[in-house]
Amino acid sequence: MNRFAELLDRLVLTPSRNGKLTLLTDYFRSVEDPDRGLALAAITGDLKIAAVKPAMLRTLVTERMDPVLFGYSYDYVGDLAETVSLVWPQPPGRIANREPTLGEVVAKLQAASRSDGPKVLTGLLDSAGISARFAIIKLVTGGLRIGVSARLAKQALADFGKVDVAEIEELWHGLSQPYTALFAWLEGKAEKPRNTALALFRPVMLSNPVGDCDLEKLDPADYAAEWKWDGIRVQAVAEGGIRRLYSRTGDDVSGAFPDLADAMHFSAALDGELLVGDPREATGTFSDLQQRLNRKTVTLRMQQQYPAFMRCYDLLQIGEEDLRPLSFRERRGRLEAFIGTLDPSRFDLSPFVDFADWQALEDLRRAPPHPIIEGVMLKRWDSPYLAGRPKGPWFKWKRDPHTVDAVLMYAQRGHGKRSSFYSDYTFGVWSGTEGAEELVPVGKAYFGFTDEELKQIDKYVRDNTVERFGPVRSVRADRDNGLVLEVAFEGLNRSTRHKSGVAMRFPRISRLRWDKPANEADRIETLQALLD
Amino acid sequence: MRASDLLHPRPEGLYCPPGDFFIDPVRPVNRALITHGHSDHARSGHGSVLATQQTLDIMALRYGEDFAGTTQAAMLGETIALDGVSVSFHPAGHVLGSAQIAVEHQGRRIVASGDYKRQKDATCAPFEPIRCDVFITEATFGLPVFRHPPDTEEVARLLKSAAQFPERSHLVGAYALGKAQRVMRLLRDAGYDKPLYIHGALARLSEYYQSQGIDLGDLEPATVESGGKQDFAGAIVVGPPSAFADRWARRFPDPISCFASGWMRIRQRAKQGGVELPLIISDHADWDELTATIKETGAEEIWVTHGREEALVRWCELEGIAARPLHLVGYEDEGD
Repeated sequence: MNRFAELLDRLVLTPSRNGKLTLLTDYFRSVEDPDRGLALAAITGDLKIAAVKPAMLRTLVTERMDPVLFGYSYDYVGDLAETVSLVWPQPPGRIANREPTLGEVVAKLQAASRSDGPKVLTGLLDSAGISARFAIIKLVTGGLRIGVSARLAKQALADFGKVDVAEIEELWHGLSQPYTALFAWLEGKAEKPRNTALALFRPVMLSNPVGDCDLEKLDPADYAAEWKWDGIRVQAVAEGGIRRLYSRTGDDVSGAFPDLADAMHFSAALDGELLVGDPREATGTFSDLQQRLNRKTVTLRMQQQYPAFMRCYDLLQIGEEDLRPLSFRERRGRLEAFIGTLDPSRFDLSPFVDFADWQALEDLRRAPPHPIIEGVMLKRWDSPYLAGRPKGPWFKWKRDPHTVDAVLMYAQRGHGKRSSFYSDYTFGVWSGTEGAEELVPVGKAYFGFTDEELKQIDKYVRDNTVERFGPVRSVRADRDNGLVLEVAFEGLNRSTRHKSGVAMRFPRISRLRWDKPANEADRIETLQALLD
Repeated sequence: MRASDLLHPRPEGLYCPPGDFFIDPVRPVNRALITHGHSDHARSGHGSVLATQQTLDIMALRYGEDFAGTTQAAMLGETIALDGVSVSFHPAGHVLGSAQIAVEHQGRRIVASGDYKRQKDATCAPFEPIRCDVFITEATFGLPVFRHPPDTEEVARLLKSAAQFPERSHLVGAYALGKAQRVMRLLRDAGYDKPLYIHGALARLSEYYQSQGIDLGDLEPATVESGGKQDFAGAIVVGPPSAFADRWARRFPDPISCFASGWMRIRQRAKQGGVELPLIISDHADWDELTATIKETGAEEIWVTHGREEALVRWCELEGIAARPLHLVGYEDEGD
């Protein structure tokens, strides 16, 4: 249990992706079965343990210690799981010779019934030290929140076994906990596990952005063009009565879109974009789509107001036949015929964009006919469907980003190579009436500048600090003083969480405007006009 | 005579009227008794200073030879009479030279502990519990959430991380007096025999520790003279925490910031400070040490100072021991 607890502690404080991968691969290497597999399941969110409510935890601890002292402690720490793990009084004489393993903890928790859950938890907390108690509480209260996605965990498995992550993704949904066969294969001790499960994920094909001189070398006649829809890439797989919607990294998202999953009356694997609306009438905007994202439960009302549908652009499997080795032209032909058999309110075909030459396509890309289109896709007619991001067959050619001139307000120190640089910037635009203008923060960015520019901004931050809060400095920013940053971003959403009412998608610093006075930066109204 | 007639707080610090002296005064006074060399307890400019020889040496290193009008070294355990009041110094286990001060008059004894800890520390003499009527305890970590793990485990985590990330350097933030030397010594005791790189602010104090027979091994200045950044790949660098946020830290390759402090027990503290590897190593007593020490002294009354007084006062109430907060101003936790 302590090795797992230590892993959680390190992961939550390690900001760099490579650092997290090293921690995870070292853990998989040094910990045996079944603990490492259970840890993996806990990290990917697949470990099933009956939840304990925070109120119950509080009751358990205050039965054992003075509630006033607990109150002081909780007020100071601010996190219930952490407070309880620290203050939990171990009964004298009950300290075991060794702490329980993760495997023992999970077995006890999974075997516990609803009514004896608290008693089992108490026993486990009594037998564990501080770090292990914290990990146990995190397991039973749900959600480790350590900044590791399922995707990253799969990448760590791939690094550990020196295999392609696509192989892990393809196997993933056919595996069972604690993944003993998977680890044996990754360690070279056994054959690759054979997948016999139904409706599995197929690793998706990804595109490369169009580079500066790429198109000059390409013949427009070799490529088909489609709009690039700014929805969610999904793969709809139905087989033998099993229906699954997968995200582009192979996470099962069927639960969030029951309306779409229910309409999957077929035996095939489709690739496309999940959007909301009714494809026969109107496609919803990104704000509409947002209503359906990151929700634990989907109400009927929500499903009626923002129905999910899939705009299909590829067909990977039909019945027993794997279409991936076929050319895009052939697959497209099969897809067009297949779409006609599906519910037209839930599935439609991603239309082609006709173009004669690259210039004509460039004009279309710059002025797409719908706000949820973010550019065009180019697909080579003769390309098979390949996992990963092969260079050449598929390109994405995005419309140009929006830009806004904003004023630097706060700067935060980075990590690792940037730990002594102020490298994360919060910026704002002007709001309020003339004579009473004030800056309102509209976003945060930490890339887009060169190393040389980073040094210049860092110096500017240090020379113009007004206040310091831990690693954050507030920077002098008023009508007469301030550094103007040109910020590029992909889109703007309404936000109730931000004071400005807007949230930027994918913001980055595109230019430093040393030449521009702060009072000439943009106003909030400029951004509000972009909201759809 | 009431205990508060023997010692009570004044704006300058804890004052003893019959002996006419202050303990750890925060402003210049005529006669000062100093528990240890941390700057919030040991200030310059007093008329006379009575402290252990090591504390006097440390004050001279920090403030210059003329930091006080006159100085007198107190031998541990030896009783000194000051205007009819008996005072004696006893090891506090906090940093090199640290002492508790026992003040006795007309059969009543008060022990001012200064800062103290009970964990074993190879860089200073261990704390000795002194029976007394009134025990003045610090409360820096006076909450049940503060439970320091064994320091050897913390150093083992540092060494494990250094092996895991050989291409990066580990920057260990540790206060210049006490913590830094303890961390270095712990690394040596764990078998780490490569050179340790230190920030200039640690040089003189570390040299002093070495001169007092505390072996810290090979210490080298963390300066870039030959080669470049890659010289520090895999290195462990020790320096004051403030230096790591500074431009000074840019000489190291992709550094992992570590911080050796009792505050690192709280995850949010580590997170806010951008600490990637928190090392819970403290020179102050944790909750269990505080409560055990209070019982050991046998004191009927506990005065609680600098820190989270209310929880420790509450605990004393539950135990049936009289306790009250002593509102002293001007002490920060430099030592942790």
